[in-house]
Amino acid sequence: MDSIIGKPIDRKDGPLKVTGKAMYAAEWNIPNLAYGITIQSTITKGHINNIDTSAAEKLKGVLGVMTYKNAMQLHTLSGSDPSSGKFAEKDLLPFQSERIFYNGQHIAVVIAETFEVAEHAASLIKVTYNEEKPVFDINQPEAKIYQPQQGLGGTQVQVKRGDAEQGMSNASTKIEQTYNTPVYHHNPMEPHATSAVWNGDTLTVYDATQSVFGNKNAISTMLGIAPDKVRLISPFIGGGFGSKGFMWANSILAPMAAKFINRPVKIVLERTGQMFTCAGRRSFTIQKINLGTDNGGKLTSVKHETTSETSFVDEFVEPAGVATKMIYATPNLDITQNIVRLNKGTPCPTRAPGEAVGTYAFEVAMDELAEKLNIDPVQLRLINYAEKNPDDGHRFSSKNLKECYEKGAQSIGWSNRNIKPGSTKEGNFLVGYGMATATYPANRSKATVRLKLYQEGNAVAACCTQDIGTGTYTVMAQVMSDALGLPIDKVEFKLGDTIYPQGPNSGGSQTMATTGPAVRAAALTVKSKVIKLAVADKKSPLYNQTEDAISVDEGKLFVTSDNLKGETYSQILTRAKMPLVETEITTNVSTRETQKSESNPTTKQGGEQGGQGQQSGGQQGGSKDESKDNPFVKQDQDLDRSNVAFHSFGAQFVKVLVDPLTCMIKVDKVVSIMDVGQILNEKTAKSQIMGGAIFGIGMALMEGSVYDENTGRIVTRDLADYLVPVHADMPTFDVQFTNVKDEFISPVGARGAGEIGITGITAAIANAIYNATGKRVRDLPITPDKLIV
Amino acid sequence: MFNKEDNALLDDNKGTTRREFIVRTSAFTAAITIAKYPVKTIVDKINQPEAGNVVVTINVNGKSKTLEIDARTTLLDALRENMHLTGTKKGCDRGQCGACTVLVDERRINSCLYLAAMCDGSKVTTIEGLGTEDNLHPMQQAFLKHDAFQCGYCTSGQICSAVGLLKEGHAKTDDDIRELMSGNICRCGAYQNILDAVKEVQNA
Repeated sequence: MDSIIGKPIDRKDGPLKVTGKAMYAAEWNIPNLAYGITIQSTITKGHINNIDTSAAEKLKGVLGVMTYKNAMQLHTLSGSDPSSGKFAEKDLLPFQSERIFYNGQHIAVVIAETFEVAEHAASLIKVTYNEEKPVFDINQPEAKIYQPQQGLGGTQVQVKRGDAEQGMSNASTKIEQTYNTPVYHHNPMEPHATSAVWNGDTLTVYDATQSVFGNKNAISTMLGIAPDKVRLISPFIGGGFGSKGFMWANSILAPMAAKFINRPVKIVLERTGQMFTCAGRRSFTIQKINLGTDNGGKLTSVKHETTSETSFVDEFVEPAGVATKMIYATPNLDITQNIVRLNKGTPCPTRAPGEAVGTYAFEVAMDELAEKLNIDPVQLRLINYAEKNPDDGHRFSSKNLKECYEKGAQSIGWSNRNIKPGSTKEGNFLVGYGMATATYPANRSKATVRLKLYQEGNAVAACCTQDIGTGTYTVMAQVMSDALGLPIDKVEFKLGDTIYPQGPNSGGSQTMATTGPAVRAAALTVKSKVIKLAVADKKSPLYNQTEDAISVDEGKLFVTSDNLKGETYSQILTRAKMPLVETEITTNVSTRETQKSESNPTTKQGGEQGGQGQQSGGQQGGSKDESKDNPFVKQDQDLDRSNVAFHSFGAQFVKVLVDPLTCMIKVDKVVSIMDVGQILNEKTAKSQIMGGAIFGIGMALMEGSVYDENTGRIVTRDLADYLVPVHADMPTFDVQFTNVKDEFISPVGARGAGEIGITGITAAIANAIYNATGKRVRDLPITPDKLIV
Repeated sequence: MFNKEDNALLDDNKGTTRREFIVRTSAFTAAITIAKYPVKTIVDKINQPEAGNVVVTINVNGKSKTLEIDARTTLLDALRENMHLTGTKKGCDRGQCGACTVLVDERRINSCLYLAAMCDGSKVTTIEGLGTEDNLHPMQQAFLKHDAFQCGYCTSGQICSAVGLLKEGHAKTDDDIRELMSGNICRCGAYQNILDAVKEVQNA
C-alpha cells in the first residue's frame, strides 16, 4: 500500500477557491439583509459629549443608528482562552458607555438598506467629545511600565535560571545590544466581517474567525442567551494570522444591530482605518539582550529584557523572550518582560506571538556574538546546541536541528559567504549571506470528531475547527483516507460550523496536530466496527478471521496474507442492511508546559476525561462519545509524555543583494529547512513555510505602523501606507523538511507548521544585510535610508 | 469645445478610475456622455442621491443584466451585493490590494475603482465566468495544481489579473510577471506558486 500521508495532493477545497465559490463571512445571500457601517472615535481619550444622529436618521434608506445610548446591555465575558471564547478587549464591551480609550474605537453603527446609503449616513453623524490627555507613547512621562505576571494561556514571561549576573561577570566575551521592532498589522486579505440573523430567540452568525466555537460561546455569553441558541458558521476564512483569533467588536455588534432593527445585518470592517484600529496588531518591542560566553563560544549567561505595549482595556503581552529560554543551552538565564498601558487598541497574537520578534532580536545578537568571537555563525549555534530542553531538562519529542543547519548551509551555498562584511560583489550588487535558527512550540489540545462511513463506500468526518488557508480540509481528509483505507475522493472532512463537535481554535499552530489524532482514532474505530461485523458474518469471505489479520486498501477489506480473500465496506454494510457506521471520538492531550500539571494528559485521568465525552456542543447531537476504553484513544493518551518537551525547529538561510548606490535591498534566495515532524501534505506544508518567510521579509524590509506623535492616531491606515510584500519583492524559495515522524506528539506524528516559518527569517535577512554591507541596523524595518546614513 | 483631456476621457473612459472620474468630471459635466448617461447625470445623482437611481445594463459573464442601482455603487458592490457574484472580493475598496480584479472588455481592472454606471454596455468577466468546478479555465487549473493560494481570498483577483496579464502579452521573464502581478497582494504568501501557475499557462 502506498500511503497518502505526505503526498502533495491538490487542496480538497481548491476547486471552490479557484472558481470563487468558497463562501466567506460577508458573502451569504441572506434575504432582507441590511448593511451596517461602524464609525470610530476621532479622539484618543475622553468621553463622548454628544452624538447627533438626526441628519443620518432622516436619510431615506436608513434603518437605525446604534450608539451607547440605545444599544442593548451586554454581559461581561472575562475568559482568556480563545478556544472557549476570548473577547479581545474585556473591559471595553462595545457601546456600553460613553468612554473613549483609544483613537479609532467603535462608537456607532449606522444601518441602512444599502451599503451606499449607510456610508453616506455615517458621514452625517456629528460627534462632540470631552477630551482628556491621552498616553499613547512609551516616552511620555505619564506612561507607566510594569511587569506582567504571565502571558497568554499562562505562559511564563519572567524566567530566571542560575545566576545571570554571575554568569555574565565570568564571561570572557560579551555583547549588549538593544533591538527595536515596530507595531505590525496582520492585514489578512479578508477584512473582519460578521453577518447576523435572528430567528425568534435563536441566532445564526456568519463570522470570519479563527475560533468558531470560541466566538459562539463569547457571543452567547455577552448576549446573555444559552449557547445552544447560537449557531456560528465559518467554513472559509480569508486569512487571520492571529487577528481573528480573539473576538473583536464586529462579531457582537452585528447580532446587536440585527436585534436593534429586527432584520439581518452585515458588518464588514473597512480596510482604511478600521483594520488598523479595531482588529488587533502586534505590539512594538524594545529588546535588550546581553550574551556572555567563555573562550570557546559557549554561552555562560543570557539576558533578554523585552518591553511591549498593551491597552487600558485588556492585557496582552508580546513575550519576545519566550523562545530564548529553550533555544540554546545556557546555565544562567534572565528573561524579563515589561509592559506599558497606552491609549491604543489592544494588541493580540500575530503569527508566532513572541517568537517572531524574539528570534529576530536574539538571532541577530547571536550573529553579532559570532563576529566578535570570530566563529562561523553556524558553528556558534552548534557549540551551544541544546540536546535537552534547557528550560526543564526534558528530552525533546524529536529534534533534528543539526540536519537542518547542514542542509540549509549546503542549499544556500554558505561556503561562498565571505566572513568579512561589505567586501563581496556579484555584478553591481553587494552580496551577503545570513542564517538563523527557527523554533516554535508544538502545541496540541483537545478535539472531538464525529465520523460516518456510509453504505455507498464514502466517509464524512466533522469537527468544529477551521481552515484559515492552512490546509485543514485537505490534510484531515488524508488522515481519514489513510486510516480507513479509502480513496481520497471518497472521504470528506467538514469544519467551521458549531453543529459539529468541538475542535481546537486555529492558534498556536495546533489545528492539525490536535484534530489529526482524533480523526485517526475515529476512522480506526469505524474501520474496526466494520471488520467486527464481517468476521462474525458467515456470509463474509472474512468470516472467522482475526481483526489484526485484515488490511484495507481502496475501500476493500482483505486478509493480509491472501488479498484475494475479501470484500468492500459497501458489500459488508449492504448485507448487514446498515446505511452507515458511525462514531464520535475525543482525544485530549496537552503538550503545553504550562498546562501539563493542571490536567496531565499522560495519566489515566486524562483518558477518562476524554472518555466521559463533553456534550460535544453540537445541536444535532446523535452520536455518543465512544472514547472510553477505546484502544486507539488509549494508545494515544496513555503514552507517557511527562518528561517530554514539544518543540519544532528549523534553519533559515538567506542570500541578499544590496545596491551600493541606492542601498535598495533585494532578498535573492530563502532556504528554509524545517523539522516539524511527519509531513501530511508536502505541497500545503511548503506553502505555509513560504508564507511565514514572506511575513518575515515584510518585517525585515518594509512593514511597520506609524502613529501620530501629537494625537496618537494611526498614520499608516491603509495598504498604500502600510507596505506588505508583493510579487516584485519575491526571492526564490527552497523549502525542505526533515520529515521525521514525532512518536511522542501523536500516532499521526505531525507537528504544526503555520507559525515556525516566520521565526528566525527576519534575523537571517538582517544578518545577510550586515554581511553584504557591514552596517548593522537594529531598528526594523531595514529601509535604504538607514543603510545610507 | 472640448480640450484634449476631455477627449481623452471620452476615448478612454474604460481606463478611468472612479476617483479620477469624479474629480475630473466635476469640473466639466456639461455635455459629456459616458455610455448612456451624460456624466452630469451621474455626478448629480452622486451628489444628490435622492434624485433617484440609475439603470445600468452590463454584460456579465456572457449574460446581459439590467440593474437599477444607486449611482454611487461601485462595479465591485454591484457584482457582490446586487448580482450575488461574490467570487470577486473586497479587500480594501481603495484600489490598493487587487482582490477585486475583474476583466472589463478583456482588460484587467480594479472593480472597486469603477462605478457600475461607468460600465453600462460593457462586457465584464468575473472569476465565475472563467470556468466552473467541473470545467476549470486553464489558469484556474494551474492555480489548483501549483497550490497558488492558501486562504483563497485574493485568488479570484490573482487569476483574473493573470488572465489579463497574458492577454496583454508584455511579460517575457519571471521578473516581468512578478512586476506586472504586483497589484495583487497575497498575504498568505503564495507568490512563488502563482508565478509557477502563470508560467505554466503562458508556456502551454
